Amino acid sequence: MIRYIVRRLLQGVLTFFGATFVVYALMFANQDNPLQALAGERPISENVRQALTERYHLNEPFIVQYGYYMRGLFQGDFGQSLTGKDISEMLELAWPNTFRLAVMAVVFAALIGILAGVVAGIRRAGIFDHTTLIITLVLISIPIVVLAPLMQLFFGVELKWFPATAGADPSFYALMLPAIVLGAGSLATYSRLTRTSVVENLRADYVRTAKAKGLARNRVIGVHVLRNSLIPVVTYIGVDLGSLMAGAIVTEGVFNIPGVGSSLFRGITTEDGPLVVGFVSILVIIFIVANLIVDLLYAVLDPRIRYE
Amino acid sequence: MQVRRFAALAALPVVTSLGLVACGQGGDDAGESNTSAIVSIEIAEPQHLIPTNTNETSGSQVLAALFTPLVSYDAENKPVEDAAESITSTDNTVWTIKLKNGYTFHNGEKVTADSYINAWNYGAYAPNAQGNSYFFEKVAGYADLQSTDPDGDGPQAAPAPKTNKLSGLAKVDDLTFTVTLTAPYVDFKTMLGYTAFYPLPAAAFSAEGVLAEGFEEAIIGNGPFKMNGTWQHDAKIEVAAYDGYPGAKPKIGGVEFRIYQQLTAAYADVLSDNLDVLRTIPTENITSAPTDLGDRYATSPASTFQFLAFPTFQEDFAKPEVRKAISMAIDRDEIIKSVFKNSQQSARSFVSPVVAGYREDTCGASCQFNAATAKTQYTAAGGPSTIKISYNGDGGHKDWVDATCNQLKTNLGIACTGVAEAKFADLLSKVEKKQDVGLFRMGWVMDYPSMENYLGPIYTTKGSSNYYGYSNSEFDTLVAEGTKAADEDAAITKYQAAEDLLANDMPVIPLRFGQNNYGYSTKVRNVEIDLFQRINLLKVEAVS
Repeated sequence: MIRYIVRRLLQGVLTFFGATFVVYALMFANQDNPLQALAGERPISENVRQALTERYHLNEPFIVQYGYYMRGLFQGDFGQSLTGKDISEMLELAWPNTFRLAVMAVVFAALIGILAGVVAGIRRAGIFDHTTLIITLVLISIPIVVLAPLMQLFFGVELKWFPATAGADPSFYALMLPAIVLGAGSLATYSRLTRTSVVENLRADYVRTAKAKGLARNRVIGVHVLRNSLIPVVTYIGVDLGSLMAGAIVTEGVFNIPGVGSSLFRGITTEDGPLVVGFVSILVIIFIVANLIVDLLYAVLDPRIRYE
Repeated sequence: MQVRRFAALAALPVVTSLGLVACGQGGDDAGESNTSAIVSIEIAEPQHLIPTNTNETSGSQVLAALFTPLVSYDAENKPVEDAAESITSTDNTVWTIKLKNGYTFHNGEKVTADSYINAWNYGAYAPNAQGNSYFFEKVAGYADLQSTDPDGDGPQAAPAPKTNKLSGLAKVDDLTFTVTLTAPYVDFKTMLGYTAFYPLPAAAFSAEGVLAEGFEEAIIGNGPFKMNGTWQHDAKIEVAAYDGYPGAKPKIGGVEFRIYQQLTAAYADVLSDNLDVLRTIPTENITSAPTDLGDRYATSPASTFQFLAFPTFQEDFAKPEVRKAISMAIDRDEIIKSVFKNSQQSARSFVSPVVAGYREDTCGASCQFNAATAKTQYTAAGGPSTIKISYNGDGGHKDWVDATCNQLKTNLGIACTGVAEAKFADLLSKVEKKQDVGLFRMGWVMDYPSMENYLGPIYTTKGSSNYYGYSNSEFDTLVAEGTKAADEDAAITKYQAAEDLLANDMPVIPLRFGQNNYGYSTKVRNVEIDLFQRINLLKVEAVS
């Protein structure tokens, strides 16, 4: 087991360098004039352009820029964005917000999604099952760009159940609505995955055996069916956690949460290479760790899966 | 070289406009005002908060709270002394600036002539890469603070400039200094109201000409408000009324500048009273805002000017008759009604109604919609049978460009297509290389209220933003004579004569003047917004 973890971590290091390299290369290839992008529609004066170009090594080839960036990274320095702000400080400000938002979204989606999935699976073809199928279908088909402003309008502005925006350093309560919006899409997927899995396992031999042995219904479902049904769901949640953090751009924008999504978005529009790579590096680490945890959870859920 | 500033119009064009209408202020006088209240105002994350490096509206809004300019503008947008006691010149070349006594920075330091000289020298010195450095171009000695890269964009670094001090700035005594310009410039006093000309305290510098680390995070100014804590990036900037301020006191206890990523989020907050002032109503909500906000939706003139430019260097558009016919075939009022929901105003002059010297309809018959005459003239002048209109796709210009194209199709019987470029910079670089872009969309936001700012940079032969190859020596002479005129009235006469030449040559088609569309919560009143899209923080009151 330890050897497996170490091997996975070493793979992670390679993935990290590969991913940042690719992102840096893509940013560089896309960048025609980052200084002009910063200045908006104003022409940038020649002297300013010259000074900034030298300060950020913009006239050097891509590999040299990447070298400067990596050298800084090894010294624990994420460098400065093109607006002259410390990227590590920006990371410190942005990550906690996004992390809280994503975790709340996952918890919300997992709780409701799995519960609904199990009930729907047990009462297959019943009213509850059909209702959940329709609701989840609707949730999956409404894109978040539509869902987020709608929810904000109804629950924030009209009904005033929640604050319309969360703002910086939001309270648990203020994050509820954005978390529900962000988790809505995942919720639908979780519940459908769980339902299918439960339906399948209910027909399995070991469930029939358990029932035949006269085990209580709760125990059959809670231990035998649920445990085995969770494997695909857990896999999905692990991957989803990473996507939720990266994909919070819309939700963070609508609810004005200064997080990773909004910083990343600004970095991309202003062709700010160091800024984008800084945020993506952390995202890569999260994906790697999340996937490792998922793999380890397999072993817990299903003793037949063991790693050398 | 002209002072210039191309609009950061990326998100604004649809939102801003309508010049002449006075402040549509829905003030309700009921209720006492609360002088210790904190008013929250929407801004975007400022790029910088150093005066010589701040040129977008969010940063300038914050700096307007923290600093008092040498001059501010009265109801007619003429400059009046604010932090300055007097600004005088006998020849418009050497200007003597006397400061009011008793002004202090928020750390208690006295505001002196050196506070200005040091700040301006810092701003003009090229290696500091300050975005507003070109504002000091007219001051004697500016060239010595610049340096050129010996091999263009190449491997060698540019050498350090000769000096880091403007020779045109001289201290007379603690409260007086003189500014010598390279040439007479009648509008210099007007210019001094711009953000770039704020002073900096000695505490701003760690060594001579070197800005102290972290000064930008907790900036110290000479204005009615002082920083409360530090700049909380992407979250907020808080300022509180400064007790030691000798000028007019604000009627509120402080301001929380709340940073928004999206205007629509701020709009939702204003609707639910979570935010007090929204400086720009998002485009999506412009039609519903009057109903949503009632008399808390307000408008005021803005300085933006939107126009279509001709590549006059192209044979197709070389004839003024062709250009005039195209202009005549555009029904401006119709587009403003259908596309902009009356949130802008038709332009039939080349300078904005917000500056002194503006006259209505200087463009004459060419800007009056007349489909029949337009077609006759166009055919007679032999205009091209296909027209392209290029615009930047990231700025919400598609709708009006398509509408304009449709009008040209119908009224001139030609083919017309709108072509989107990814960014404004892409469009400009194509124009600079004289590639075939057809007509192209341009916008202008003034730096300071003067006719010259709408003429010099955009149309003179060497104008910094003259992208259309327009060159008329008579026009150049008139503008130059205007800047050297003895007083403003004489200058305006020259500028107006120059503007009349534009009507003759039509290098561009004036389309729309801008308007601020803003809104506020039920907790504030007397909300006014100026030509630079800044809330007047001395007037805002909180309803207790």
